[in-house]
This record gives sequence, structure tokens and C-alpha cells, in this order.
Amino acid sequence: MATVEFRAVTKRFDDVVAVNDLSLRIADGEFMVLVGPSGCGKTTALRMVAGLAQPTAGEILIGDRVVNADSPGRRDIAMVFQNYALYPHMTVERNIGFGLRQRRMPRAEVQARVREVSTLLGLEDLLRRKPAQLSGGQRQRVAMGRALARHPQAFLLDEPLSNLDAKLRTQLRAELKKIHQLVPTTSIYVTHDQVEAMTLGDRIAVMSAGRIQQLGPPQEVYDRPANLFVAGFIGNPAMNLLPAAARSGVLTSGDLRMPSPDGADGEVILGVRPERLSAAGDGDARPAFDITVDVVEPLGSEIVVHGSRVDSGAGAESATITARLAVGAMPAAGERLRLAFDPAATHVFDAATGAALRSG
Amino acid sequence: MRFSWPSPRHLFLAPLALIMAAPLIWMAITSIETPDQARQFPPVLIPHGIDWHNYTRAVDSAPFGAWYLNSIVVSLVVVLSNLVLCSLAAYAFARIRFFGANVLFIALLATLMVPFQVILIPTFLIVRHLGLIDNVSALIVPNLVNAFGIFMLRQFFRTLPIELEEAARIDGCSRLGVLIKIVLPLSVPALSTLALIMLLWTWNDFLWPLVAINTEKHMTLQVGLSTFQGQHQTQWTVLMAGNVLALLPLVIAFLLTQRSFVRSIAASGVKG
Repeated sequence: MATVEFRAVTKRFDDVVAVNDLSLRIADGEFMVLVGPSGCGKTTALRMVAGLAQPTAGEILIGDRVVNADSPGRRDIAMVFQNYALYPHMTVERNIGFGLRQRRMPRAEVQARVREVSTLLGLEDLLRRKPAQLSGGQRQRVAMGRALARHPQAFLLDEPLSNLDAKLRTQLRAELKKIHQLVPTTSIYVTHDQVEAMTLGDRIAVMSAGRIQQLGPPQEVYDRPANLFVAGFIGNPAMNLLPAAARSGVLTSGDLRMPSPDGADGEVILGVRPERLSAAGDGDARPAFDITVDVVEPLGSEIVVHGSRVDSGAGAESATITARLAVGAMPAAGERLRLAFDPAATHVFDAATGAALRSG
Repeated sequence: MRFSWPSPRHLFLAPLALIMAAPLIWMAITSIETPDQARQFPPVLIPHGIDWHNYTRAVDSAPFGAWYLNSIVVSLVVVLSNLVLCSLAAYAFARIRFFGANVLFIALLATLMVPFQVILIPTFLIVRHLGLIDNVSALIVPNLVNAFGIFMLRQFFRTLPIELEEAARIDGCSRLGVLIKIVLPLSVPALSTLALIMLLWTWNDFLWPLVAINTEKHMTLQVGLSTFQGQHQTQWTVLMAGNVLALLPLVIAFLLTQRSFVRSIAASGVKG
């Protein structure tokens, strides 16, 4: 096991900058998730650690060693690919042992390692099969096994669950977490799925346009998004963002009024998570606004209401609102609904720069 | 095999198959007829008895064994060297980015457009300069590698998922290791097709062996058999017997590779 470090790494493809001056240190045994929309540079960053792409500038370190010039095979890392990349002409057993045999490990030791990981992953009965004879979940496990058997310095996982159906994805996500607890190897996990990022990562790095927008433990990123991009990307349904104005300590958005945080002045964006909204009671003192209900999604444990703001004031007519409400009175489409929230649980962003002015 | 009743497709295909097979059947029939029967018109399609003497005469009347051996040696060496060299070049063109790769590849493709007759004399001059004229090597050296083979394998290699190769490189394979351990085993259908095509070309090649070889015992089968066709008379029955013998290795090779085609396509057709 080892640390993995990016030092001012930039990767350009012709005139496209995929990764822009990335600096990031992943601690020994840490599970780091790179999350972001497609094209944000997360996969490129991972491929540079693997040695499948060369940085245009900067250094990549595994342990204390700069590996820029090392071939992928010499970096002692293991990678799990989105499409598994199992060798179709080899049995499961040979797939798992391939990297070990390449390194000229004695046959008995290879067999012991293969046995070890196949027990861990429940693959004992599949060792003689070829990848084509396996289900998607089984293939994913074999791909994990091939990586685990190597006992590498670091695991690189490139959207390993995105080819699976929803149920299997949830199940394997939990398994991945369990495996990392059993075998705490330094891991870099690339995903566009923020649920995977939240559940798996010791820390997550939210990326956009080749840069890290925010780096931190998942809960911190969720609770205190550093900017509008992170606020909109992390959380499902996404945070409600309301155009607002802050003047002399008062923040207004349409008919909505609440105390403005320090330092906020001029055009701002008010962010409220859907679960922070609740139906306003009579004489509710909390800040509130009205929506016209468009769609209601009863989920059993809660109701998700999508609507559009009424009387939101200039520039905010189009704001759509999502609220997660407790099960109770079911609003109907077309109905008017007043939603209130605790001002302390809101986020305020500078409208021009997108930077967070306050996160509650 | 399960028997099934002929469908309309068969009504169309059966006559076509017969047209294709007719010359071969006639060749086989002629090869067991007496010269008198072979000269009759209308042709004798069902000979009275089998005359195996044509075969013994074909084998005895000329250095038939030497021709056969020459053909086998030339074909085997050419097929094997093409499999090895075309794979290497094709992999470089398919996966390695190097300066001038595209220009080189286009130049390579351009050589496919040049008919052999155009380069016959330059080839002859080069081979003569190498001192190989009238030597079996003259039939091998110019054909060790072939642009068509490179092109065909390159196209096939590019269809293989690149992640397999990346995974193998992370697992510690060199470029050559990736080619040998991952790419080639997954390319058996393309490789067997190339082997078959090269075998057919080499085995049946007539013009170049005719030009490059003068001594009877250095000839290949195709050139050797043509010596049965004299200016004044042709020993049709002996010639046909020789042709049947010349055809046998191709039929065997086809049956063998056909089986491996089906197996390899069945194995690789399912995504891994």
C-alpha cells in the first residue's frame, strides 16, 4: 500500500484541457472518490495514475516515487474497468491469476492467492468458467478479484458499477465497502454517481472542467458545498437554487424575506435542500414561498413534490422547486403549496462567482 | 447431422453448387479414365472401371515428389511468416502511435493497388541480385510479408476492446506480451482466414514460380504440372490425376480451418 499524489498535474488533448493543474494527495489506505459529470477529467486523472495516459505537465507519485516515466506494469497498481475487461479466452481462474503469473510468481502461490480472493468474493464455483458464461455481477466480482489478487499499491476503479442494474449496483456497492474495510488498500474510485461517491468515499473530490471544485469528507461536501457547482451536483434531488438579492442584512427573493448572512451584498443565489422544505403551517414564522405543484411522486416513505414558484419576483419566474415532504396530506398537481424552511439550514452563494458565502 | 427437407433456398443453391463443382467432378472422373475414354465426345461421365494408372504415371513420370515437397515447403513458410510478420506490423498500425504512421499505412495500402505484372521485372532483378533465381527461396523471400495481411489484421485488431490491452499492460505485460497473450488468441478467426488465403495464393501461384524457377526439380506443383501440357499433345488423364493430388492439401486445409473458424467465432462472438 502507498499514498498516491498528484502534483500540479495538467493533461491536454490537443487544445482541450482535460485535467487542469490538479494537486491531490491520497493517504495510505484511503478510499478517494473522484466524482463529476462526464468530461470533467476524472477518468483522465485515473488513467494518468495507471500510466495509460501521460500528464502534459506535473508529477504523479505512488509512495515516494515519481512514476511519470514508468510503464503501467511497473507501477504496481490494479485497475477495475467499467466494462470489466476480462480476458475472454481465459477461465476465471486464469483471469484472476494473470497478473501474478506475469510477475513470475510461483505456481503454488498464485493458486493460493486465487483461492483467497475467490473465497472472499464467492467465486469458488466459477473458477473454471469463461467470462462469457458469467452474469454481469459475477464478471464485476471477477474483475475485482483480479485486482485484489495482485495485492497492489493502489486500486483504481473506473465507474466499476455503472454497467450493472440498479439492484445489483446497490448490492455490489455495499460489497465494495466491505472489501475495503477488510483489505484497506489505497483506492481511487471514479464515478459520476453521487450516491456511490457519498457512500463509498473517505473523502470525495468533486470535479468539473478539469479542476477539483471541492475536496472533503462526503458529509462535509454535502453540508457545506463550496460553490454552486458542488451544491447542484451533490444531493439527489438537487438543491433548490433561488435567485435572490441581499441588501443591508436582508435577503429577498420575490416575496421571500430572511436575514442575510454577513458579507452577502447584491445578487446572490439562495440554496435550500429539498429535504429542508416543509409545508408551511398557519402563522408559520419561518421564511416561506409559494409554488404551483407540477408533479407529485409518492415514494412510500416520503413524497417528492416538483413545482414552480409563484410570485418569485423579477428574474426568478422560471425557478423550479423540488421538495421532499413527510407523508401526510397529498398535494395535487396544479394546487398551490406554501413551503417554509429554517433560515439557518440554507446556503447562500455569490451569483457572479458561484462561491459559497454561507453554508448552514 | 439432422436431415431437413429442401427449402426454396436449396432449389436455387443446388444448381449453383453443381455448376461450381462440375469442373472438379470432371477432373476427378478424367483422372481415373483411360486416355481413350477421356478423348471421346460426348464425354464419358461414368467410366467403365477405375484406371489408377494415371496416378502412378503422374507420380513416376516427373519429379512429382520434389514438386510436392517444394509446394509444401514454400506454402508453409510463407503462411507462417505472414502470420508472424503481418501480426507484428498490423498491431503497430492498429495501436501504437508513432510518427508517420498514417502516411506509412496509406503507402502500404497503395501497394495493394499495384498489379503483380507491374513489379514482376523489378522483383526478378532484386531476387537475381540476391542470387536466389532458380532456388526455392526465390518463391519464399518476396512473399514473407504481405500488405493485404497487414491491412486485414489491423482492421481486426482495432475491433478488439482496448481495455483488454490496457488491463494486460497494468497486469505487467509488455507491448509484445499483450500481442502474444491477449490480442492473438482473440484473433484466431482473422488469423485462420489469413492463413487460408495465403495458402491458396501461394499454393496456386503460377506466374512468379514460372519466371523464377528453371530447373525441373525446383519447380512447384503448379508449374510442374504445366509441363504435362505439351505443345503437340496433352496427357489429359495424367494431368488431371496430378491436379487431384495437387488439390488435396487445399481441401484438407480448408476443412481444418473451417472447423476452427466456427469454434473461434463461437467463442469470441460473446462479449467478455
